[in-house]
Amino acid sequence: MAAITVRTRRPLDIPIALIGTSALVAAAMLLPIAYLVVRVWNAGVFWDEVTAPATRDAIVRTALLAAATTAGAIAISLPLAWLTTRTDLPFRRAWSVLLVLPLAIPSYVGAFTFIAALGPRGMLQDALEPLGVDRLPEIYGFWGAWAALTLFTFPYVMMPVRASLRGIDRSIEEAARGLGAGSLRAFARVTLPQLRPAIAAGGLLVALYTLSDFGAVSLLRFDSLTRIIYVRYTSSFDRSSAAALALLLVALTLVVVTLESATRGRARYHATSRHQPPSVVRLGHWRWPALAFCSFILTVSLLLPVSVIAYWLFRGIDAGEPVGFVREAAYNSVYASGFAAVAAAIACMPVAILAVRYPSMLSSAIEKITYSGFALPGISIALALVFFAANYAEPVYQTLPLLVFAYVVRFLPQAYGAVRASLLQVNPNTETAARGLGRGKAYVFWRVTLPQVLPGVSGGAVLVFLTVMKELPATLILSPIGFDTLATRIWSATSEGFYTRAALPALILVALSSLPMLFSVLREERRA
Amino acid sequence: MKRLRILAAAGVALLTLAAAAACGGDDRSTLTVYSGRSESLVGPLLERYADETGARVEVRYASTAELASTILEEGGNSPADVYFAQDAGALGALAKERRLVALPQSILDLVDARFRSDDGRWVGISARARVVAYNTNNVDPADLPASILDFTDPKWKGRIGWAPTNGSFQAFVTALRLTQGDAGARAWLEGIEANDPVAFDGNLPALVAVASGELDVAFINHYYLYQLRSETDGNVDAANYFLPGGDAGALVNVAGAGILDSADSSEEAERFIEWLLTDESQQYFASETHEYPIVDGVPAEAELVALRDIQTPAIDLSDLDDLEGTLELLRDTGVIP
Repeated sequence: MAAITVRTRRPLDIPIALIGTSALVAAAMLLPIAYLVVRVWNAGVFWDEVTAPATRDAIVRTALLAAATTAGAIAISLPLAWLTTRTDLPFRRAWSVLLVLPLAIPSYVGAFTFIAALGPRGMLQDALEPLGVDRLPEIYGFWGAWAALTLFTFPYVMMPVRASLRGIDRSIEEAARGLGAGSLRAFARVTLPQLRPAIAAGGLLVALYTLSDFGAVSLLRFDSLTRIIYVRYTSSFDRSSAAALALLLVALTLVVVTLESATRGRARYHATSRHQPPSVVRLGHWRWPALAFCSFILTVSLLLPVSVIAYWLFRGIDAGEPVGFVREAAYNSVYASGFAAVAAAIACMPVAILAVRYPSMLSSAIEKITYSGFALPGISIALALVFFAANYAEPVYQTLPLLVFAYVVRFLPQAYGAVRASLLQVNPNTETAARGLGRGKAYVFWRVTLPQVLPGVSGGAVLVFLTVMKELPATLILSPIGFDTLATRIWSATSEGFYTRAALPALILVALSSLPMLFSVLREERRA
Repeated sequence: MKRLRILAAAGVALLTLAAAAACGGDDRSTLTVYSGRSESLVGPLLERYADETGARVEVRYASTAELASTILEEGGNSPADVYFAQDAGALGALAKERRLVALPQSILDLVDARFRSDDGRWVGISARARVVAYNTNNVDPADLPASILDFTDPKWKGRIGWAPTNGSFQAFVTALRLTQGDAGARAWLEGIEANDPVAFDGNLPALVAVASGELDVAFINHYYLYQLRSETDGNVDAANYFLPGGDAGALVNVAGAGILDSADSSEEAERFIEWLLTDESQQYFASETHEYPIVDGVPAEAELVALRDIQTPAIDLSDLDDLEGTLELLRDTGVIP
C-alpha cells in the first residue's frame, strides 16, 4: 500500500521522542489483533473452527460475495468513468458529480431502502398490486447483498479510474490508432492496461468494504463471515468461536490486500512531459443508450434510496413518530466521530514525520503497521477490545475512549495517507532554514511545518470523521451503555422493521456525508 | 496561524470533554440494568422508575443470550447489577453458573411458585405465551394443526417464519428438548429446516411478514400482535393461534430478573425488582406490553386467552437452564450460523 520514498541519506539524528511516540502508535495498532491471537490460541479452538465444514462454506460464500461485488463495481465503473471523462455525454459534469454520491449512503441504509421498496411485499409490489402482482421475487440472500453492496460502493472504483483516464496522455492512444488499431482495440490494448493500478486500488476498497460489511448482509439475510461472527458473539455462551472466526476474517482480508499488490505489480506508467488533454469521443446515436445506462445506475443507487427515506420520513411525521431522540443520537455521532478524527490525525503525525523525514528500515516497518488497520474488520477489532478490556482494562470497558480507540485503529490509514502526502510537499529546506536561525525542533514543527500540512491533515481528519459516522459493528459492540448514535439508531430500527423510525437518522447521516463529498467533488470538477 | 490555534484548542477541548465523560458523574448510586428485553417494550417503564425514585438507572439493551454471555465474559468486573431477561432459561443458565444471588423471600413470595426459580435466584416479572401467528386471509384456522410438531409436514414448505436467534425461541427449543428428548427436538428442527423457513432477527419482523402475506405462519410470542396493532391503527391481517396440544409450542414462559453476584448495591437492585412487581408496574405489562401480569390481583387484558386456559406443557421453568445445549443443537442443525 505504502510506497516508501528513499531520499538521500541524512545523518541519523532521529529524535528519540519521535521514535518513541511512533512506536507507541504502532503498538496500539497491533494490540487488538495481538490480543485476539492470544485469546484464540489459549482457547485452542482455532483449527477446529477453521476446518469445520460450516466455516469453510462461510469463507467461500464471503469470498464469492467480495469477488462478485468487486467485479460488479468495476463493470459499472469503467463505462461510467469513460463516458463522463472522454465523451460528449450530455450533462457530463452533472453525471460525474451525482454518480459519486451513492458513497454517502451507508450500505445498511441502502439495504433497508431496497427491502422497503423492492421486498416481496414492499412499496413496488404495492404499486403493482392493481396489475395483479401479489409477490415480487425474493431480494434476500446472495444477489440482494451483491446488488446493494455493488451499487453503494462502485464510486470507489469510478473515482480513481476517472482520475486516471484524465491523466492519460492521448498521444499514446493516438499512436496506437495511427498504427491501425480501432478505437475499441486501442482502448483495450493501450488505455486499459494503464488503468490497471486505478482499477486495482478501487477494487481493493470495494473488496475490503464487502468483507467487513455487516449491516447490509445482515438486513439482506446473507450469512457472510461478519454476520456469523456477530450472531455467535450475541447468542453463544462460549465466545471463543466468534473470536476464531474474527481472526479468520482478518486473514481473509490480508489475502485480498496481498492479491491487490500482486495485481498492481511493478508496472509504472508515465505521461510524457507535455501533457495533451485527451480528445473527446462523439457519441452520436449512442448517447441515448449511454444516458439510459447512467440514469439507471443513478436511479437505483441514489434516487431510489433517497426517495424511500423521504417517503418513510413523511409517513413517520404524519403518524406522529417522535423525533426528539434523534438530536441526542446525532450529537453522540458527531461527538464520537470528531473525537476519533482528531485523535487519528494526532496519532499519525509522528509516524508520518518519522517516515518522511527519517526514512529507515525501522520507520518503514512502523509505517506498515500503521496501515494494518486497513485490513482489520471493525467487528474483529471490537471483539478483541471487548475481551481485552473486560479482563485487563476494566476502567475503560464500555467507555467512549475505548470506542474511539477502536475507530482510530480501524481508520488511521485514511488519515495517514493524507498527512503523509501533505508532509511530502513541505520543503525540508524551510525547516532547515528555521533551524539555522537557532530555533528548536519543537518550535520549528509548531510554527513552520504544522501550518503547511494543516490543510492535508484536516482533509484526512474529515475523511475519518465521515467514515466513523457510518461505522456499525464496532459501534454496536463497544458503545457505552445508553450511547446511541445515528448508526445504532438506524440499525436497531431497521432490524426490527420500523422503517419510519429509521428514516430521520438515515436522512441526517446521508446529508452529513454527502455535503462534504459534494463539495470536494465539485472542487475537483472545477479544477479538471 | 489563527486557524492552527483554533484547531489545537478544539482538539484539547474535545479530549478534555471526552476524559470528563469517561470519568463521569456524581456520587448518586447508579443502578445498572442489563436488559434482554427491548427498549421499545420496557424503556418507558425503566424511565418511570428513575423518575419516581430518583435513582440513576443505566440500561444496556441487547439480546438476552448476548447479555448472559457478556456477564460471563466480564466475570467479577461486570458493571451490571440486575439482569432482566426475556426468558427463564437464560436466567437459569446464569444461576447455574452461580452468578445470581438468592433473592429475599419477601420478593419471591410476591410471585406464584411456578413463575420463579426453585432456588430463589431469579423471579418472573411477566408471563408470555408461545403462539403460532397466522395470516387471516391466507390461512383457515381450521387447517392449523394441534401440535407444533406437525409443522414439519411438507404442506408448510415456504410458509413459515421464525426468529431462531431470539431468546424466547431458544427457550421453546429447550422445552422441546425436555418434552421430546434431544433426538425429537433435532428431528423437529431438521423437519422445519426442510420446509425452508425464513429466519428473522426478531419476532416482530416475522409477524410483519405474516401480516403482509409474505408468509403464512410464524412461531412467536403472543404479545407482538398487539404491539403491531398499536403501530398500525389496529388493522393487522394476522391472529394468534394457541396450540391446543399441550406441547412446547404453547409454552408459557416468563421474562424475569435476577441480581448479580458482582452488584455494587444489592439493596438498590432489590428495590428495583420489588418495584417491577408492584401493581402499577404489573399494570404496565398488562396494558402496554400486553403480557400477562404474574402478581395476584392484577388482571390480564380481557381479550387475551386466560393464562389458566392455555394448555402449556408440564415443565418446571427452572429446568430450561441448558441454554448452551440448545445453542449447540441449533448450530449443529444449521438453524443458527
